[in-house]
Amino acid sequence: MARLGGRGNLDPKKVSGELFSLTYGALVAQILKDYENVDDVNKQLEKMGYNIGIRMVEDFLCRTSSGKCHDFRDTADKIQLAFKLFLNLSPTVTSWSSTSDEFSLIFDTNPVAEFVELPDHCYNLRYANILAGAIRGALEMVHIEVACWFVQDTLKGDNVTELRIKFLRRIEDSVPPGDD
Amino acid sequence: MAIFNIFIVSKSGGLIYHYDQANAPMQEVEKTFGFPLDIKLKREGSRVVVAFGQRDGIRLGHSLLSVNGVPLTSGTELQDGRDAFEVIEAKENYPLALKFGRPKATTNEKIVLASMFYPLFALAVQLSPELGSSGIQELETDTFKLHCMQTLTGVKFLVVCDPKQAGVDQLLDKLYELYADFALKNPFYSLEMPIRADLFDQNLQIAIEQIERTGFI
Repeated sequence: MARLGGRGNLDPKKVSGELFSLTYGALVAQILKDYENVDDVNKQLEKMGYNIGIRMVEDFLCRTSSGKCHDFRDTADKIQLAFKLFLNLSPTVTSWSSTSDEFSLIFDTNPVAEFVELPDHCYNLRYANILAGAIRGALEMVHIEVACWFVQDTLKGDNVTELRIKFLRRIEDSVPPGDD
Repeated sequence: MAIFNIFIVSKSGGLIYHYDQANAPMQEVEKTFGFPLDIKLKREGSRVVVAFGQRDGIRLGHSLLSVNGVPLTSGTELQDGRDAFEVIEAKENYPLALKFGRPKATTNEKIVLASMFYPLFALAVQLSPELGSSGIQELETDTFKLHCMQTLTGVKFLVVCDPKQAGVDQLLDKLYELYADFALKNPFYSLEMPIRADLFDQNLQIAIEQIERTGFI
């Protein structure tokens, strides 16, 4: 999923960002065709994202050799780093709740929807919902349970795209010994 | 210098991958014996093992591999259906050519060994006088050294190698990278299941050859 901002980079491991956006677009369109109901599509995208997340987290960890998060602000930094690594995007982390368990990622545009206009009948479609699922899946693998949802979307006429992430709990039962 | 074995243990403690040194030296000794047999053999688990009387390269703990060139199949039974103990005890069968060697661990035994490491690792954490112990990272004997790396997600990578082998930490990092790339990015691989991927094997082989030759990756 390595994404490239400009064109013409010769690194064979990187792929054009446009190619990625287009592939994702094809995926969403196909799921929309298969399910027809927009809510089902949202759910399906989240699920696919989740399955990507639980695998992708290992890639992130071995590439960055980052340690364990001891507080949710660490987690936010790491998510930001992951966006840089995988999608070459730098979202802003803002709007912390007073208890430091909830924050927003702000993107200037919708990160996977460069060429997209939502038709009227899919107004409820959360186009980039795969990202929310990926974040949830990845964090679950490192024993942090979060809820993740879009509150604003440039596709729906908002100024920015905002992804809200809320800490729910530490998953204790599956913590492997020796890394506390 | 050599890498003897590599194990990958999933976060629930199951063995999901193992590698054995491809050209492991098989220490086998064949010798012709007259009656009576001057070494003591005993039945241990499903093997016939040398219990006492170490000589001519036959050592305690070696197990019987074949009798007169006929290999032992399962347990104490010879390939032709006779029981190894009966053959050895009967005087008329002598002289007998017996072949001994170090038994190779079967896949089942490896699974047992790998899952035995799991509580050992947890025990080390419990025993630690300081909070926040990492668990066992290295375990050293005079013939091998075991290196263990546990990832944040709980997967353990174990490398058993020569005590003098250099660059094992790099090999562990490389293993993690290969696991992330060739196991997890394979859409047909499901988590926690054994890794059966040729690409993974090939890349692992390249990494092992390089580390054995040069000591770094």
